[in-house]
Amino acid sequence: MNLRRDVFQALADPTRRAILLLVATQTMTAGAIAANFDTARPTVSRHLQILTECELLRQKQIGRENHYFLNAGKMKEVADFLEPFRDMWDDRFNNLEAVMKNYGQRPGR
Amino acid sequence: MERKTKIEAEDGRQDLLIIREFDLPLDLLFNAYVEPEIVEQWMGTKVLKLESKKHGGYQFETSDPQGNVVFRANGSIHEFVSQAKITRTFEMENTPFPVQLEFLDFEALTGETSKLTMQIIYRSVADRDNMLRLPFAQGINMAHDRLQEIVGRLNKKL
Repeated sequence: MNLRRDVFQALADPTRRAILLLVATQTMTAGAIAANFDTARPTVSRHLQILTECELLRQKQIGRENHYFLNAGKMKEVADFLEPFRDMWDDRFNNLEAVMKNYGQRPGR
Repeated sequence: MERKTKIEAEDGRQDLLIIREFDLPLDLLFNAYVEPEIVEQWMGTKVLKLESKKHGGYQFETSDPQGNVVFRANGSIHEFVSQAKITRTFEMENTPFPVQLEFLDFEALTGETSKLTMQIIYRSVADRDNMLRLPFAQGINMAHDRLQEIVGRLNKKL
């Protein structure tokens, strides 16, 4: 029997959270993921299994290798996630504005 | 903190709009997208290449303190009209996210203020929604780390 894992229990482990951050913007093989940790390889494999069982991680075949990536689709409605997305862009644009205000005050402009 | 950026992302669509007004004259706003050294400063990424012209290419890269590349993006510029528009593709390398098409429209509001409207089109509704959720997913991780840190400190006191 395959018990569906609780997402929050899966997230409670710091190594598993670190794994999720690693694959948030890139696909990685199990070997490449394990290389980032001092933990033994079978332990990392166990973490990958837990994360895959609760569907926080998904896998896809690229060439001959199996790649892991974040299953951002585990989350619910689009509307709930607009805030962090908007905050990210707003922070960037605030930076842009600050940088260009400084730039605009250079001598000779 | 007041948030000035507006996001329009209707359910079931595969595009979204990012709209922001700036307390900057139009030429300064546009320049921020054109000069590699400036892009580096506000985007917080290294600019490997940025050819700000029609058919130009660009590539950005971010590394962690150990020097490992954690993010790389590239694209081609399709349309470039100074002080008015940039149309380009944008692709995050080494991720399951397909390339996206971006229309950036720049306009002056007054002599000292301007506005950027960015329309981003994704390959599918699901791809757009996945991109939208990404900062939230990263936020969960950071929130858990903070919680862990607080709990750790509390435990030490007991």
